[in-house]
Amino acid sequence: MASGKTLTIGIMDAPYESASSTTALRIINAALEKGHNVNVFAYEGAVNLTMKAQQPHANPVKGTSVEQEQHPTTKDWIAALFKVANGKGVKLDWVNCGLCVDERGAGDWIEGPRRGGPKDFLDASLASDATLVIPTK
Amino acid sequence: MPKILNIVETAYRATIEEQDDTVLWLSHMLKNAGADISILLRANAVNYAVKGQDASGLAFGETKMTHPPEIEKDVEKMIGKGVPVYLVEEDARERGISDMDFISGIKQVRREELPAIIDQHEQVWHW
Repeated sequence: MASGKTLTIGIMDAPYESASSTTALRIINAALEKGHNVNVFAYEGAVNLTMKAQQPHANPVKGTSVEQEQHPTTKDWIAALFKVANGKGVKLDWVNCGLCVDERGAGDWIEGPRRGGPKDFLDASLASDATLVIPTK
Repeated sequence: MPKILNIVETAYRATIEEQDDTVLWLSHMLKNAGADISILLRANAVNYAVKGQDASGLAFGETKMTHPPEIEKDVEKMIGKGVPVYLVEEDARERGISDMDFISGIKQVRREELPAIIDQHEQVWHW
């Protein structure tokens, strides 16, 4: 059941570079599962998290095929988060920083995220019960 | 408008590529959007307030960087727009930076003063 509460979270790390991305997605998942709305502001490298062209790969060290490896992609994880939100009847508003997208050529993303800017982050934060930033260190 | 404190700790991360510090840039954009925002420079980021930084001269073959970052000028512009910019005094001293090195308008604070400053803000974002 929806709690009526909203969390805003700002993230910066690109996929496959640090544990921060997974941590952020776990927090988002936990919040959605508890019935909270979540706003995400993907800043800098984090705009790459939702790129549609991400593909799983095989693992030559383990000798596994693509199918056996089931290598995760962040775009699939985030697509799953949108499904969680839909199933819970809560809102996941994922904003990719437009200028960050442009400088990375990262505009082709999965269904769900939208293009925005710092003012979206500010507005979301001011309208939320809590805001958390997880920066690149 | 709730008061927001942006604590900037990580310094010079991709500032050449970005032509600025991404969190200072974001803070400036939020200020322009109406946010009541303050900055606290700590750790290596205290160097952002040092005068006379020069990141010019980068060139790869015939490709030259014509607009390098000017971090201290970005900080000065924010101060000029009324953004309080605090700096942790001990972090500067530990790095051999003296009062004479700073641009004007910086508010140096001691570590023991940080709880009171944080308490003045409704939101604290630690970058």
